[in-house]
Amino acid sequence: MLTCDALTIHAGRFHVTNCSLQVERGQWQTIMGPTGCGKTTVLEGICGLRYISSGSLTINGADVTHAPPGQRGISLVPQDGALFAGMRVEQMMGIPLRARGVRRKDRSTAVRDMAAQLGIASLLRRSAAGLSGGERQRIALGRALLCKPSVLCLDEPLSALDMETKAAMRTVLQRIRDKGDLSVLHVTHDMAEAKVLAHTIRIMEDGQLSIPFEATCP
Amino acid sequence: MTTPASLRLSSRGNMPFGIALFGATGVFVALVVALLAANVLYVRGEHVQAAIDSPQICYAVLLSVCTCTITAILSTVVAVPAGYLLARVPFRGRRFVDVLVDVPIVLPPIVVGLALLLLFNQTAVGRWLEDGVEWVLAVLPLHWIGLDHVTSVTYDVPGVILAQFAVASAFAIRTMRVAFEQVSDRREHVAQVLGCTRRQAFFWVALPEVRSGIVAAATLAWARAMGEFGPILVFAGATRMKTEVLPTTVFLEMSVGNVEAAATVSLMMVAAAIVVLLIARTVGARMAA
Repeated sequence: MLTCDALTIHAGRFHVTNCSLQVERGQWQTIMGPTGCGKTTVLEGICGLRYISSGSLTINGADVTHAPPGQRGISLVPQDGALFAGMRVEQMMGIPLRARGVRRKDRSTAVRDMAAQLGIASLLRRSAAGLSGGERQRIALGRALLCKPSVLCLDEPLSALDMETKAAMRTVLQRIRDKGDLSVLHVTHDMAEAKVLAHTIRIMEDGQLSIPFEATCP
Repeated sequence: MTTPASLRLSSRGNMPFGIALFGATGVFVALVVALLAANVLYVRGEHVQAAIDSPQICYAVLLSVCTCTITAILSTVVAVPAGYLLARVPFRGRRFVDVLVDVPIVLPPIVVGLALLLLFNQTAVGRWLEDGVEWVLAVLPLHWIGLDHVTSVTYDVPGVILAQFAVASAFAIRTMRVAFEQVSDRREHVAQVLGCTRRQAFFWVALPEVRSGIVAAATLAWARAMGEFGPILVFAGATRMKTEVLPTTVFLEMSVGNVEAAATVSLMMVAAAIVVLLIARTVGARMAA
């Protein structure tokens, strides 16, 4: 479970104040709002990539407000996938496991299993260059899930995709939601996407979050 | 040709701009071609044969290649972390460090050589360093590779390398800094969220992204080291069969009026520079792909 209590998150001169939210295990919460309102800043603050000057952040009861990004039990899928260059997809997806000291053989098995689940097994020998938007997002999602996180942060994961790819990717995300073993914090400005995926939605304006309201899940 | 006619420089509206672009570039390219042509046309086959037969010139070629390669490796080893630090890590005094790194680039080469000489001969730190290097050289089995005459830093082969390194590494650091600045740090951040430490993100994510930058930095360092003359002359001297590198050979041959040998050695350096640049461009393009 992710709990933010009155966080103040700084991104250069911009800051988000009094950010409080709670995402239970198995819950999917979406933050919506116009461009520049601070959605990504909240996500990056929770991930440990932005300075938090006040408030507290707990994950499964442990205070991780000032913990290093990699020790929070969070995974991130950025808007552009942020795939690592100069290596094959298999190597790239295995990096979170390599950082955790998982042996090469076990890493390879885990990556292959995840790739099979996400339908990207045929991409494992390729490099990031030349992959389509949908392929990049699936790889980024697989890489994030291989960390076995408690909290999954998604930063506009479908915004750069065409309609067909978006629909396919949405199905993959729905499957993750229906498994119910993660707290998911999702940022988007697409109401249709939020309604399909989220259990609860919050609106963000000028660095302030609204109270959550129920999304109409299909 | 897939560019629309109206966007081409040859179209009527763009013609003056095109002429200015090609004119400025053409002047410089013509100058380089003229320099190379003058050198090539002056050198005859017998001059090349005489150079190949000269043990002094052969020694200078070998010493140049070896010292430049060592300098390029050392420069790259320093330039990668230094470039990363200056590009990515905010710290107090970064601007000052940035200026200091550029000092060897803007200083007259002879001043760099003099500064090295003063450091090693007139300061306690320099003498301590010299003693340390002398001890290492005494321990190393240099006689296996015929370098048992190398015993100190000043006026010896290590001095050649240090003089080359002082200038070449500044260029390599500048290249690596630009290479890191051109790559977003976002991927490193994502890697850290996914569990990597800062060190792991550097080695596993940032370094593979700047591979072509590393090749460029190493090439530039090698090329700079090959052309270095002033600091070597002052700090390591111009002793034949000892600290004589190719630019020193050109200087020594010119000073005794042997222009043919000087031109031949110059041509060798031009050929080496072209080969290294071609290799670097090819490798860099492959890595970037």
